[in-house]
Amino acid sequence: MPIEYDIRLEIGYLYDSPAASTRTLLRMLPLTNGEQTLITGLVSADPVPDFRRDGVDFFGNATTEIAHDAGKTEFLFRFEGRVRRIPRGTTLDLSCGLAALGAEIQGIQSITPMSPHHFLGDSERIRHEPEIAAFAEEVTAPGMSVMAALQAVSHAIHDRFDFDPGATEVSTTPIEAFQNRRGVCQDISQVTIAALRSVGIPAGYVSGFLRTVAPPGQPRLEGADAMHAWVRAWCGMETGWVEIDPTNDMLVGADHIAIAIGRDYADVAPVKGSSRTSGSHRTEHRVDVIPL
Amino acid sequence: MTSPDDIAEDPVLALLQEYSPPNGVADELLRPDGRLRPVWRPLIDLLARQSPEEMAERFARGDQYLHDAGVYYRQHTQSGSTLRDWPLSHVPVVIAEEEWRELAEGIVQRAELLEKVMADLYGMGDLVANGLLPAELIARNPEWLRPMVGIRPRSGHFLHFLAFEVGRSPDGSWLVLGDRTQAPSGSGFALENRMATSRVFQDLFPTSNVERLAGFFRAHRGAMTALNAGGDGKVAILTPGHHSDTYFEHAYIARYLGLLLLECEDLKVERGRLMVRTIHGPQPVSVLWRRLDSRFADPLELDENSALGTPGMVAALRAQDVTMLNCLGSGVLEARALMAFLPRICEKLMGEPLKLPNIATWWCGQDLERGYVYENLHRMMIGRALSSDLPFEVDALTALGGDFRGTARRPIGEWLDRDGPNLVGQEAVTLSTTPAMIDGQLLPRPALIRVFATRTSRGWTVMPGGYARIGRSGDPTALSMKNGGSVADVWVVGDRPVEPETLTGEPEGPFIRRGPGLLPSRAADNLFWLGRYVERAEARVRELRAYHLRLSESGDPSLPLVARLGAFIEGFGVDIDEPVPAVVLELFDAAQGCAGKVRDRFSTDGWQALTDLAFTARGHFSRVHPGDQAVKAMGELLRKLAGFSGLVHENMYRSSGWRFLTMGRALERADQTISLLAAFADPAQPGGGFDVAIEVGDSVMTHRRRYSVHTSRSSVIDLLALDAGNPRSVFFQIDMLRDQDRLLTQNAAADPMSDLARAILLLHTELSVAVPEDITTERLFGLQGEIREISTLLTQRYLS
Repeated sequence: MPIEYDIRLEIGYLYDSPAASTRTLLRMLPLTNGEQTLITGLVSADPVPDFRRDGVDFFGNATTEIAHDAGKTEFLFRFEGRVRRIPRGTTLDLSCGLAALGAEIQGIQSITPMSPHHFLGDSERIRHEPEIAAFAEEVTAPGMSVMAALQAVSHAIHDRFDFDPGATEVSTTPIEAFQNRRGVCQDISQVTIAALRSVGIPAGYVSGFLRTVAPPGQPRLEGADAMHAWVRAWCGMETGWVEIDPTNDMLVGADHIAIAIGRDYADVAPVKGSSRTSGSHRTEHRVDVIPL
Repeated sequence: MTSPDDIAEDPVLALLQEYSPPNGVADELLRPDGRLRPVWRPLIDLLARQSPEEMAERFARGDQYLHDAGVYYRQHTQSGSTLRDWPLSHVPVVIAEEEWRELAEGIVQRAELLEKVMADLYGMGDLVANGLLPAELIARNPEWLRPMVGIRPRSGHFLHFLAFEVGRSPDGSWLVLGDRTQAPSGSGFALENRMATSRVFQDLFPTSNVERLAGFFRAHRGAMTALNAGGDGKVAILTPGHHSDTYFEHAYIARYLGLLLLECEDLKVERGRLMVRTIHGPQPVSVLWRRLDSRFADPLELDENSALGTPGMVAALRAQDVTMLNCLGSGVLEARALMAFLPRICEKLMGEPLKLPNIATWWCGQDLERGYVYENLHRMMIGRALSSDLPFEVDALTALGGDFRGTARRPIGEWLDRDGPNLVGQEAVTLSTTPAMIDGQLLPRPALIRVFATRTSRGWTVMPGGYARIGRSGDPTALSMKNGGSVADVWVVGDRPVEPETLTGEPEGPFIRRGPGLLPSRAADNLFWLGRYVERAEARVRELRAYHLRLSESGDPSLPLVARLGAFIEGFGVDIDEPVPAVVLELFDAAQGCAGKVRDRFSTDGWQALTDLAFTARGHFSRVHPGDQAVKAMGELLRKLAGFSGLVHENMYRSSGWRFLTMGRALERADQTISLLAAFADPAQPGGGFDVAIEVGDSVMTHRRRYSVHTSRSSVIDLLALDAGNPRSVFFQIDMLRDQDRLLTQNAAADPMSDLARAILLLHTELSVAVPEDITTERLFGLQGEIREISTLLTQRYLS
């Protein structure tokens, strides 16, 4: 059953001293793919930028590149729009065995954006970590199907972590979060990705939203008041990409709306910026996701 | 067999007495039958006729050139990095022209092939789709930059300047050991090796039919200018900066080719255009010869932690606003695993086999290949697949002949099975040997040659010569400079005489006087502070000399004037008990630091004078005692400072850069002189203070001539603050600042007067009409504040 959402995302930056000049790369416009459609939507910035160029990155995410001339101390980046979500129904587990996955991956001769090959090796923020690899090996078995392994890893990491917004920062590495057993969706997703890759399952990072208020009679999900993140994993030729939310230990459903996909947070960060200022800055963001 | 008698009679035999290449390798000097290759004959005859003293004199001539030219390299060690002498092996590698021509053909084919491969990897991806390259080899390569996929380079080409590591296999054929596509270095060093070696053999070189290098560089410069395609943008070299181990080369090449040398900090992307920040505002840049690794070029779209990058650089390339040599992402071609697939790719893309084979390589991600590597461990190097290292550059994760060189210890079979896709096997290389003079003996040493190629409008051109690396011992792992290896010139020798030529001596078309060129704000800033630091150091040295002079006369540091002088100097952070204070050394270091960041704009002589100053000061630091010895040391430093100033003022072209150096100096001198006057021309100061002011102000003779022998407050203020003819007076500095600022802005005469010009003019006017009585001590402090404000305004106007 398709659901439509009205979504608003605002991310603000406040600098102590005026920035000399800034250049910012935004990834805030939700994806359109087989499971969701952007009906209408606009990314904007305040103050109005002195330069703007919209584009699409390697993985197909919408980008907005903007520049501000010198002298500003406050910036607000905003997305407002409507998305139709068409969740893929739960299907039978037709994924191949974990032991056979390697051969299936090798059979894919492609470096196009959807190829699983991009999602196996180290990426900028997710490196191979022996400790996480050992953990992943423990909770999976070569005889498992890839889907089963995926759910086992998600479950084990969900169990291991306490959701704690104060425990980590955006720059916290997966191994730090893994060892502290605390963190937010970004940490939990990146640790899950590291674990999946270490057992040979191609895994990527998804940034997005959760509906803000849970349907009647259901608990409010963790991470609903901010941007959310989850994981996509390639489960073999037959099943393809499957999305899972380890923060809530569930397969991704109608409550999840994706903005961007990549290998890790560095590929999908909603705001990437550079300003020639020596001072510090503060940032805040808010999200509203209202079902129609 | 050669008998001792033969050797005595034949100097060549004597020279080659110890020269016996190892079995099973090719030798550059000797043919397989042991006879001398004819192309070496003139050089060997010459060497054989030299006495040891003559030989030493020749080699010293080359070394002297390198020293005078300031050629060094930066060696990184655990305790930091140091500058080392350039390790020139004085005997060049001599190669016959017809043999070189064949090599060059292979190089051209390989360059064209690499262009096609790169265009595919950043375009359709057909090589992977058609099974000619494994997907994971590309997808896992950190040098394959996803943001660059789909970009079409403005010039139509991704690759413009390449280098290849070439060695000779035992059968005498050439072999590529590595492709250098990222940001190849060494062409400038090749040029320096040539300069030095041609001095060692200055009698032989002009008539030895050695092909010249200048034509190659002229072609390269012409190609870069052509890439500008009539655009208004500048052509520049992009360097990672002075901390890079090849910065010297970047500065050298920039000077030699007359190109701007830029760091990412100089650049910004403004409304989609790449601009360089200059003293006259942002100016467009259209062609960049990149010497910085791709990943660091743009923190916004590439490595987000890069402190070296320019945000928006990728976007500028995407918008075809700028041509980059080579395009970002070219490092993907350097992965050695690629060499396992290039022979087949060449057949497919070029319709012909590789003319120049590369070293046999097996990617261990394939079962068959992995099996072969395991079966042949004894003649294999096994290492990381995506590394660009040469086969003999072993690290902890490299196995050679079935054994690890480093500390890693585990069964190689297990390693191959587990880590296969990340590993390659490469045939262990034996390089050819070439003569090197070691302790008076000509001995065979392994050699590897880096060959350079540039793309011109007529296709690829190969440099006739190159940059040879020579092993310290017979072991090829000792080839790198890090491990004590040396470098040598490469002579490509033909049958016919060559025309002597240089880059500068070749007139092309009518005589054109070029404009003075752009001065990036960063370079101006460094020159400005160089001027300030040197002047500040000079002030300290003069004060210290005056102090120690009085100390040695009286022997009593508690006398009022001596104590006052000591306290004055200590006010600048100096420990007066140190005869050559650490603060002064730091000033020389800071000056050297500034100069080191603008080596392309700074003469070699000036650089050496500065180096010598810092060196001399440091030498005196721990040895000199207070009093007499300190006076002498300060005298020596002052003479060297005068030497440096002389070079700056007599020999430096009056470019914008010179103006900033001069303005920095003038501002600092005005500031220091005011401090001096406030302390020693004050009516309340102890007796003898006026003389101190005149002495430290270096105006004793003038004072004697212009006034009476007796110093008064008025005569001191008149001479050191108001006199328009005294190059040490405050007014003289303000006058200088006014002139230089006007010259810098002369083209913008129509603009309203800048805050800077207004502030200078106000001060100028006041000092023009002032009489000594107006300049009270209180007013001096006021003047000092205004001078510091001028420095701030100058920084705002030109340097930020």
